[in-house]
Amino acid sequence: MIHRVLTVGLLAGLLAGLLVATLQYFITTPLILAGEVYEAQEMATPPAAGHDMASMHDWKPADGIQRTAFTSIATIATSAGFALILLAGMLISGDAITVKTAFGWSVAAFVATGLAPSLGLAPELPGSAAGPLLARQIWWLGTAISTGLALWLFLRSTTVIPKLVAVALLAAPHLIGAPQPIAFESKAPAELAAHFVAASLTIQAALWILSGLAAGALWMRFNKLAPV
Amino acid sequence: MTTVAIPAVRGRSEVLKAAFVAFTLGTTLVFLTGFSHIDNVHNAAHDTRHAMSFPCH
Repeated sequence: MIHRVLTVGLLAGLLAGLLVATLQYFITTPLILAGEVYEAQEMATPPAAGHDMASMHDWKPADGIQRTAFTSIATIATSAGFALILLAGMLISGDAITVKTAFGWSVAAFVATGLAPSLGLAPELPGSAAGPLLARQIWWLGTAISTGLALWLFLRSTTVIPKLVAVALLAAPHLIGAPQPIAFESKAPAELAAHFVAASLTIQAALWILSGLAAGALWMRFNKLAPV
Repeated sequence: MTTVAIPAVRGRSEVLKAAFVAFTLGTTLVFLTGFSHIDNVHNAAHDTRHAMSFPCH
């Protein structure tokens, strides 16, 4: 069973990751590169408190093929991670793993890690002002877990109390509030930033859905050949 | 009765074990690409972190 889950998860990650890396090359990477031009202008002036720029002075992949290659590897690894998380969820819940079930799980996962966190922390174009990274990561993670649990409870419970708990879990992170920047400092045009918000949410949705569909299809295929 | 129940229990524990391994490896991969504070890892995965709308620098 473990061997089957890992094989399906990693293969699904490779397939979906390659597809989404191609989408990124055409959709989000040009926006990031455009954002970095404005970010470079901001670096000429002293950064606001909480803006971490240490990483800018270390090694990074050279623009061009090297940067595209590292981005693609990162996307494939993220996709494999998404596929494995979806498989784990379906197995724990006792769901039959099919393309249809995996699709439902991946849409719910996107709501938990894409839509819900973006309400408090809008996807950032490089150079956007933001609160301290660790605090944002903690809020993001708490929101994703809380929203995921809320969806699971709401969709699977048949009584009123768990549904009310689900609504509370859905709202709690937004009542607490996400860490926000002290001041706005981005020099990038609002149009560029707005386009990036839509593009990055679309890319995350595509990665969840394609990872889920690939995992469901591969699981069904392998199960036909040798049931577990 | 027990001869029927034991394989079912064993089957479920096998499923949970696989789910645990998948979840651990899956979250580790996502944390490595999307949430690492190691500068080189951050820089290598930078464009993917932004494209996935994960919190970044």
